[in-house]
Amino acid sequence: MSKIVAAVLGTGQTHHKAKRPDVSIAGLCREAIDRAMLDAQVGWDDIDAVVVGKAPDFFEGVMMPELFLADALGAVGKPLLRVHTAGSVGGSTAIVATSLVQAGVHDRVLAVAWEKQSESNAMWALSIPIPFTMPVNAGAGGYFAPHVRSYIRRSGAPDYIGSMVAVKDRLNGAKNPYAHLHQPDITFESVQASQMLWDPIRYDETCPSSDGACAVIIGNAKAAKASPQPAWIHATAMRSEPTTYAGRDQVNPKAGREAATALWKQAGITDPLAEIDCAEIYVPFSWFEPMWLENLGFVDEGKGWQLTEAGETALGGRLPVNPSGGVLSSNPIGASGMLRFAEAARQVMGRADEHQVGGARKALGHAYGGGSQFFAMWVVGSEQP
Amino acid sequence: MRDVAVVGFAQSPQVRRTDGTTNGVEMLIPILAEAMGGLGIGKHDIGFWCSGSSDYLAGRAFSFISAIDALGPVPPINESHVEADGAWALYEAWVKLQTGEVDTALVYGFGKSSAGDLRRTLALQLDPYTLAPLWPDSVAVAGLQARAGLESGAWSEHDMAEVAVRSRRDAQSNPYAQLTGSPDVEELLAQPYLSDPLRRHDCAPITDGAAVIVLAAEDRARDLVERPAWITGLAHAVDSAHLGARDLTSSPSTVVAARRAGVDGVEIAELQAPFTHQELLLRRELGLGAEVRITPSGGALAGNPMFAAGLVRVGEAASHILRGSAGRTLAHATSGPALQQNMICAMEGRS
Repeated sequence: MSKIVAAVLGTGQTHHKAKRPDVSIAGLCREAIDRAMLDAQVGWDDIDAVVVGKAPDFFEGVMMPELFLADALGAVGKPLLRVHTAGSVGGSTAIVATSLVQAGVHDRVLAVAWEKQSESNAMWALSIPIPFTMPVNAGAGGYFAPHVRSYIRRSGAPDYIGSMVAVKDRLNGAKNPYAHLHQPDITFESVQASQMLWDPIRYDETCPSSDGACAVIIGNAKAAKASPQPAWIHATAMRSEPTTYAGRDQVNPKAGREAATALWKQAGITDPLAEIDCAEIYVPFSWFEPMWLENLGFVDEGKGWQLTEAGETALGGRLPVNPSGGVLSSNPIGASGMLRFAEAARQVMGRADEHQVGGARKALGHAYGGGSQFFAMWVVGSEQP
Repeated sequence: MRDVAVVGFAQSPQVRRTDGTTNGVEMLIPILAEAMGGLGIGKHDIGFWCSGSSDYLAGRAFSFISAIDALGPVPPINESHVEADGAWALYEAWVKLQTGEVDTALVYGFGKSSAGDLRRTLALQLDPYTLAPLWPDSVAVAGLQARAGLESGAWSEHDMAEVAVRSRRDAQSNPYAQLTGSPDVEELLAQPYLSDPLRRHDCAPITDGAAVIVLAAEDRARDLVERPAWITGLAHAVDSAHLGARDLTSSPSTVVAARRAGVDGVEIAELQAPFTHQELLLRRELGLGAEVRITPSGGALAGNPMFAAGLVRVGEAASHILRGSAGRTLAHATSGPALQQNMICAMEGRS
């Protein structure tokens, strides 16, 4: 049987900030949802189901918060499904909503993902002792720094590539009014001069900690045709692998490579670098840009840094990466993956405002989570597949 | 829609406490082997995996990752997780099968309720700004619901005790049940209140447990088993979070789910009612008459492994069809305070 075609009808996001004391969790979600519904030109009666994603409940200290949010999310009397797949959850949530449409179960589905880090203590939540598992007391940066060092050693990349990515993403973020960090004056020298946190990762090469939410409305072809410019969903893929196993490549994880292979095949793409016009890739630490360019198959292993160094991932380059400013400019953890998916959709809808990539027709949205072990990605396009 | 069926089911013993780590992943390993082994399939035959569990129950973030690690997913798998009972993982897997992307799915739910103080842990599901700080625990919230029904005349304490008696007696033939016995109603009503108007027999026990279900589509299902339990309707809905804004003696989300799933003609209904009055409420909302056999496994009152108990209901209801002992059954699963969220899965056998 063939799947029903699905499309993004509209996207919405909050103004991401370190602290949003002006809104409750419900208010934060509604800010994104209301914008998405306005963008899609739909009302509450048009929404058949709600899918919610966020990172661990321990982050805000609420058990299954979607239950208390049911009224605010407009879900009462409708199906409400909560997805949790670690850092990739924002992407997974959009994919589950897409599946509900592709399966023919619903015509229009609201997907929303959020994190309110100011009402939480992520370091505490991630540092609870677990039997038989090494605690990550150094936070995510401490966990990933050895992978970055390994990448530099294996690829022979110059040590300044990470700083180049940081400058580019923060300058992109300065064009995005929703971004948490606005640093139009950032320079390569200022990034290099920032504090070394987890060698080789500097402070300015690290994502912020944000309050924020993102929402997308997914609909079938009939719903999409009533929408001014939908982003058609050409392919989705999810893959998972264990945190550790003998011979595991944590720099270039197999789950990511297999997800990308499945994604490109489903989208009918044989040369991603030539066929994808821009990419929103989950880059919480700047060095992950070249690492994921390789993992996704845009370039051969060991060559990702060359694309970055040549400026090809900047706006105006061959493959603009994170024109929105990416995770390095805003990181409401549970929403970060959906922001990548939504920003990819905005590009092919032609609604990315100041960070629009001219003529973008096909875009990638990507998210990863856990110890680089959970992957979710989609390809969206301006044309119906 | 595509024809999708339950083809395999395995569950762990429902016990007060297991010796494993706090997330209870150890309970999964034998039943994963049992579910796949019983069908003569292995990991590589599964197209999609989905699990249901709770970090708060385990007292740690990312507890589901340990479960995925335990599956040994090398090479990588197509996988997802819901922070809810495994029944909602079954729903996500059913949707994935409906897209036509995969032909088989394995669903699991697991929970180690003994790892913490369950009543207080569940209080953290309430509104964190206005209600949770008052710490109304899960039994107290259910007590409010039971009281509302008693005062409206919807049920009596005697009716509630009769539910407990039937559950314990039915559980005598369920080798996985935690609580069994043959008390009579008067004996139970002579017991003191645990949380007025609820007595101990009105409340599900605290249970560690896990369950696994294998789903398959169309010919794949027919190849795997002689008599698949075809899912004829699967739907869920949620009610308001505001206890004071709800009529606690009704369950609109159950009615919505039942209407969408279709419950006519069922012979057996496995209901997830962790409190006696909730079974009475569900039977009324579902319009189940005396001809429908209610929860022959003993149900959640005989063993309530959090985040698996709803999936167990689906498995129990499917087993009657797989065995050929019923033609049409339904399973009900619930989540949240005072039956906030409800799912109905209707299944049938075809000759």
